[in-house]
Amino acid sequence: MQEYIIELSKYVISLLIAIYTLLSFLALRHLKGERGHGLYIVQDMLIFAVQLLCFLNLSLISRDYQYVFFYGFIQIFLFAVIMLVTMIYEKANRLLLNNMCMLLGIGLCMVSRLSFNKAFKQYIIAFISFMISLSIPFLLTKIHFLKKITWLYAAIGITLLGVVLTFGELTHGSKISFSLGGITFQPSEFVKILFLFFLAGALWENISFKRVLLTALIAGVHVIILVISTDLGSALIFFVGFVLVVFIASRNYWYLLAGAAGGSAAAYIAYRLFDHVRIRVLAWQDPWSYIDNQGYQITQSLFAVGSGSWFGMGLLQGNPKAIPFVDADFIFSSICEELGVISGVCIVLICLSSFIMMMQIAIQIHDRFYQLIVYGIGIMYIFQVFLTIGGGIKFIPLTGVTLPFISYGGSSIMTTMIMFFILQGIYIRLQQEGGKHHVRQRKQATVADSSSGADRANSFTEASKDTQ
Amino acid sequence: MFTTVFFIALFLGMIGYLCHFTATSQQDMINNSYNSRQQILLSRNYRGSIYSRDGDVLAETILDDEQNEKRVYPYDNLFSHIIGYSIKGRMGVEALANFYLINSNTSISNKAANDVAGLKNPGDNVYTTLDVDIQRVADEQLDIYKGAIVVTEVATGKILALVSHPDFNPNEIEDIWDSLLESNTSSVLVNRATSGLYPPGSTFKIITALEYIRENPDSFQSYRYNCNGSFKLDNNKISCYHGTSHGSVDFELSFAKSCNSSFANIGMGLDRKLFSKTLEELLFGQELPITLSHAKSHVEIPASGSDAEMMQTSIGQGKTQITPIHLNMITCAIANDGILMKPYVIDRVENAEGNLIKSFKPSSYGRLIEQEEAAVLQQLMTAVVEEGTATKLSGLSYKAAGKTGSAEYNNVKGDSHAWFTGFAPADNPEVCVTIIVEGAGSGGDYAVPIAKRIFNAYFSQK
Repeated sequence: MQEYIIELSKYVISLLIAIYTLLSFLALRHLKGERGHGLYIVQDMLIFAVQLLCFLNLSLISRDYQYVFFYGFIQIFLFAVIMLVTMIYEKANRLLLNNMCMLLGIGLCMVSRLSFNKAFKQYIIAFISFMISLSIPFLLTKIHFLKKITWLYAAIGITLLGVVLTFGELTHGSKISFSLGGITFQPSEFVKILFLFFLAGALWENISFKRVLLTALIAGVHVIILVISTDLGSALIFFVGFVLVVFIASRNYWYLLAGAAGGSAAAYIAYRLFDHVRIRVLAWQDPWSYIDNQGYQITQSLFAVGSGSWFGMGLLQGNPKAIPFVDADFIFSSICEELGVISGVCIVLICLSSFIMMMQIAIQIHDRFYQLIVYGIGIMYIFQVFLTIGGGIKFIPLTGVTLPFISYGGSSIMTTMIMFFILQGIYIRLQQEGGKHHVRQRKQATVADSSSGADRANSFTEASKDTQ
Repeated sequence: MFTTVFFIALFLGMIGYLCHFTATSQQDMINNSYNSRQQILLSRNYRGSIYSRDGDVLAETILDDEQNEKRVYPYDNLFSHIIGYSIKGRMGVEALANFYLINSNTSISNKAANDVAGLKNPGDNVYTTLDVDIQRVADEQLDIYKGAIVVTEVATGKILALVSHPDFNPNEIEDIWDSLLESNTSSVLVNRATSGLYPPGSTFKIITALEYIRENPDSFQSYRYNCNGSFKLDNNKISCYHGTSHGSVDFELSFAKSCNSSFANIGMGLDRKLFSKTLEELLFGQELPITLSHAKSHVEIPASGSDAEMMQTSIGQGKTQITPIHLNMITCAIANDGILMKPYVIDRVENAEGNLIKSFKPSSYGRLIEQEEAAVLQQLMTAVVEEGTATKLSGLSYKAAGKTGSAEYNNVKGDSHAWFTGFAPADNPEVCVTIIVEGAGSGGDYAVPIAKRIFNAYFSQK
């Protein structure tokens, strides 16, 4: 009996995820939210179906009741997320919400397969993150000083990074985490949000060369501190985020070129200067010759992906624990190993569909500040996905970043969820203002508004020239 | 929207890379000894069997009552190198087909039943292209001599037989392993057919002749040489075998009688740069298009000057080294009108119930030589049998063609390896044989009779 379930599940799970992915891309056509409503319901059902199959396998094969209980908790959580968000924020973006839930679900499932302990922690953090994030869209409508404290973001960000650099613990060669009362934080994750707000604040109304230069300097400080902390992955993400946001803000291809050139030069210098950079490039070019030490991680990762082939070896049928750091940096490899490369590719595409949706949303926003934030969130998100997956399959050298929503890592989940909800908040405002603007125009003729509130609200969808 | 397009393109590239990796690397990944998942497969499945092309069991795993596995080779030494072994590392077909042998594609109901009964699933079975009868004849004929024999099908590249002496009994590999490794003199584990490097001797004249035809397409027919037993240039001298004087010879007779003097003469007149290029096209110094592990053949055309070396090289001595399988491939290409079919030994993979899992089709490497050149060489090699050094192959129910060689390998006069490489039937080639008998002496005396027995065995099956 068990054999049949294992064998069939391989194909059915891949199929379900594939259908979900297809629907995600179809959803990209319906930005207005209302149309295509049924599509999102189907997606929701698919999410739960995949969860059911996965945990059915896990419980049956391991004969461990813990999986059944955990399954219950996860379903309740996912259900709550979907219900609460759609009820409280009617206009929330369903695609982004569904994608987030799908990825969270798969992540929790995979992490529980790897380590029950960690999965439990992951669950708690996801829960707490959601509690915090749920209020964000609401807060966004109330807080109006966000544009004004640009330099404060930078100051706090740099301070935090500096603190980690000086007082942080050395985890596996990089100083990226910080312990407080038994829980480890990775501040660079949170600083991402501050950094994005800083960039948006600095560039939304002033894109003169002087301003860009100043922004570059401050961004540079962030990046350099990260490099010295040997958190190269984050440094890269910050750098690319900076370059692309400057490019989008200024529409000036020269900045893009300068960024690319500067980045390449910096990468080259880093290569010459730092041992660990050289080692990673070496392991990327030919891990097989160094399979015993530097190439060990990546070759084990490749073994996992290669052994899994298209439909996977089946949950609990492979050996993902052979990969070091499998629950964090290499979780994608273990997904490919047990659930198959088809599922893996679909997950990549799901992330891509989220990104495209974010870009589509960004285009419609007229308030430059919020527009840049949305662009920034999308870019940093998708670039991180690229770095972690690309590194795991030897497409690019390893950079030690995690896969948002799926990897085990509290700070990562919380930050990504917060970023997603900031975006949701902006999106919801976009929808509401679209309606309100209409209403305002009629009302303006009649009622005298309480000035500041109305002005702010109007400025959000201010008809400015072209912001494309 | 530059950014969007940029990232989409980046991701599509990455997905393409991932898919390509998945499509091509599965075997390499699973076969790598650092991959722990092999152990997982081996804990669930037992190794499948290897069969000859007629279905004889060449290797199988026997399970006793307690599910202990023992790998058994019913033919003992007969297929030692080509089938190989799977304990203490892997060799031969056991290595090439490892992935298939440890995976089980038996029906899902079988897997379920086995799972319930606590039994292991049967690995998939591999059917090779090897022929037991031909292998036996080759093995018996090579007898106690060291050397190698390769028998392949011209039109497909199927390896019908591959023998390497000295051999060993793979059933005993575990017992003899340590002593084999400690020994300084034993070369029993070396597959001489694929990895043995030997001076080609007169068989190399095939290539020298080819080059001459290439450079003189219109005049090679009118080549004439007066052989008085040796060829002298300055202080260098090449003698014919046993100092025989061949008299006036044309191109065909030079080849048929294997006249060293004539070929040294031809060699001196060749354009060395073009010759080097031809040798490269013939896969010298390169990886051969076969999956079996092998050694690369080696030849050096000396730059201008070094006349002595050039003369030696033209007749297949000097620093030249070739593997039997390489020579076989060149001969097959000639027999196949210039097109080389890649040699292969695994024909198909079936699951335990006999359903086809994977089939390996003949595949062409490409054109090694022009069709007209092949035709001339075929004619030359036919002459070798009709009136040359391989007359022991004449007068049979089939017409054979080939080239003999007596390759000197040290300074002792008379010490030579006996070579023969050829094909039959001469007008419509089906089978190709390459034989080397170490230290036996003359190719015509020792290697040709072996070829005759092998050809007989092949044609008696028809």
